[in-house]
Amino acid sequence: MLVDDVPHRRVHRWTHLRQHLAGYGFLSPWLLGFFVLTLGPAASSLYLSLTDYGLMSAPRWVGADNYMQIATSDPRFRAAMNVTFTYVLLSVPLKLVFALAVAILLNRGLRGLNWFRAIFYLPSLIGGSVAIAVLWRQVFAGDGILNQVLMALFSYEGPSWIANPSTSIYTLIALAVWQFGSSMIIFLAGLRQIPQDMYEAASIDGAGRSRQFFKITLPLLTPVIFFNAVILTIDAFKAFTPAFVISDGTGGPIDSTLFYTLYLYQEAFTNFRFGYASALAWVLVAIIAAFTALSFLSAKYWVHYDD
Amino acid sequence: MTSLALTGIKKSYGAIDIIHGVDLAIEPGEFVVFVGPSGCGKSTLLRMIAGLEPITGGELRIAGARMNEVSAAERGIAMVFQSYALYPHMSVYKNMSFGLETARMPKAEIDLRVRKAAEILQITKLLDRKPKQLSGGQRQRVAIGRAIVRDPQVFLFDEPLSNLDAELRVQTRVEIAKLHADIGATMIYVTHDQVEAMTLADRIVVLNGGRIEQAGTPLEIYNTPANRFVAGFIGSPKMNFLNVSVDGRAGEAVTLDLAGTKLAVRGIDARPEGLCLGVRPEHLDVGSDRGTPLGAMIATHVEQLGGQTIVYGSLKDRQPIVATLNGQKSVRAGEELRLTADLAQCHVFDAGGRRVAVQSA
Repeated sequence: MLVDDVPHRRVHRWTHLRQHLAGYGFLSPWLLGFFVLTLGPAASSLYLSLTDYGLMSAPRWVGADNYMQIATSDPRFRAAMNVTFTYVLLSVPLKLVFALAVAILLNRGLRGLNWFRAIFYLPSLIGGSVAIAVLWRQVFAGDGILNQVLMALFSYEGPSWIANPSTSIYTLIALAVWQFGSSMIIFLAGLRQIPQDMYEAASIDGAGRSRQFFKITLPLLTPVIFFNAVILTIDAFKAFTPAFVISDGTGGPIDSTLFYTLYLYQEAFTNFRFGYASALAWVLVAIIAAFTALSFLSAKYWVHYDD
Repeated sequence: MTSLALTGIKKSYGAIDIIHGVDLAIEPGEFVVFVGPSGCGKSTLLRMIAGLEPITGGELRIAGARMNEVSAAERGIAMVFQSYALYPHMSVYKNMSFGLETARMPKAEIDLRVRKAAEILQITKLLDRKPKQLSGGQRQRVAIGRAIVRDPQVFLFDEPLSNLDAELRVQTRVEIAKLHADIGATMIYVTHDQVEAMTLADRIVVLNGGRIEQAGTPLEIYNTPANRFVAGFIGSPKMNFLNVSVDGRAGEAVTLDLAGTKLAVRGIDARPEGLCLGVRPEHLDVGSDRGTPLGAMIATHVEQLGGQTIVYGSLKDRQPIVATLNGQKSVRAGEELRLTADLAQCHVFDAGGRRVAVQSA
């Protein structure tokens, strides 16, 4: 009996493998993509971040030199951080408030709700595109639509909002806020989840609209606010296209629209400092990870989960 | 204690009428139960009293004051919802104090009221917990507590026990009855469960299709149902409705024919077509010498409940019939049983479903 067992077990293992082969077959496109397009480049960029690599010669090991330079002697890194944090800290809350406000309006059972929803969502579909960034440049230019409207309404001759270093970042923040559609859709779904009888109980308790909003809607919406805030923050840190198109890839005027990713791009593809750019990329990963971790840690103090 | 008066109350959604002019007077301290099948308008009526639904027509008065245009918060009512509607992000204490805080009541008074209500409902230990940490029964108590602290003139309950399991439902039902006895407030309670209606109510209001079919004490409803709908709705298993024809008439005495069995009754003043005899299953007996013979029944299915035996079957003319017999009876499917009933407890309904007075001749 024992002698027979060995071939039997081998046959069993073969059948087992054949059964799973189809599964691995279906999984292979994703596996290939993950290893070749995600994990591979990530690992190689981690290695390159510890080297001096200029594309024309082989990477030279420099240890933590790139990270040291970023931390101690890179004024443009600080400028990029300044611009990016301004962008994140202003655009994310503004977008959240705007998306929530529109979602609340749409949740009041308007006629033609689906049309409004589609129209408000449209900027999110096309907002990240180069064409819209080009359009944005036209709107906020010295002779752009905004200034024409200001002139017609208030006889005010506005500056070139894009060419002015003190206002250019705000045009990009406005572009980000304009793309509130996907957050709005998620808020709308969240609002629909709040049981109507909760509001009825509150109205019997004497709570008016504003008290209902601050004591019922907002707390019950915190899981959705949290989700939206985390996603928007990560997206804002990674924002690239608008700054690239509006500043013609320079991050100007005077680095006032130098998004972190734009600086990273310049270091890699203009200055051909791939090692340094890789280090910048890993610093950004660390910043996003830290922000996300902080958000999750803070969640237990302000996010209310039903169960 | 407060009275309520509903006069010609109507509710319409566009061209669709949901409530068709309800008239009802509720005495101070009365426990009134609205009962009826799904979609009969009982919850809508309750929500109109609460101020959660606008009243399309008619007038609602609470303690003599017109309430049609008064907001829910100012009607002096408190409501317990079917889903409890507890605020999930607030502690039990906060859930109970929310309304009082909204009314800007002094903190000491709020604390006093919440703790007193918690004591009545035995939930003092739960005051710091969130609703998700409570069982269904405990949530229900908190919902009732939230109503009590408001010290309302009228308590409204919208199917408050329907999310509880059978055992807890009985327990909470008793507690609600006790609560009513203790605080004596006017209470309106909506349910589709006739047992809740029979056990809790001072007065039952049976609704159907947005109209009151009958309002009366539980025993009035049970003993003298106004029509076939009420007769069929109250009682479990439901009343048997057996087609009968008029076989002869001599003055007030009428002979009815039930599947070949002659029944002598009097007091029927209806047209002879479409009459039916209503007999509750528990008023039927088998093989008894007492009562009026109703003919033979062929048993098709038997349920033994321990204290009762429920026999399902049919008469000779294949009309279905159910009999509830006291005790454990050894009846087998296919067996022929001799049925008797006390005709004084039977009802005759005319073709329109209206109960016509009947006495055994």
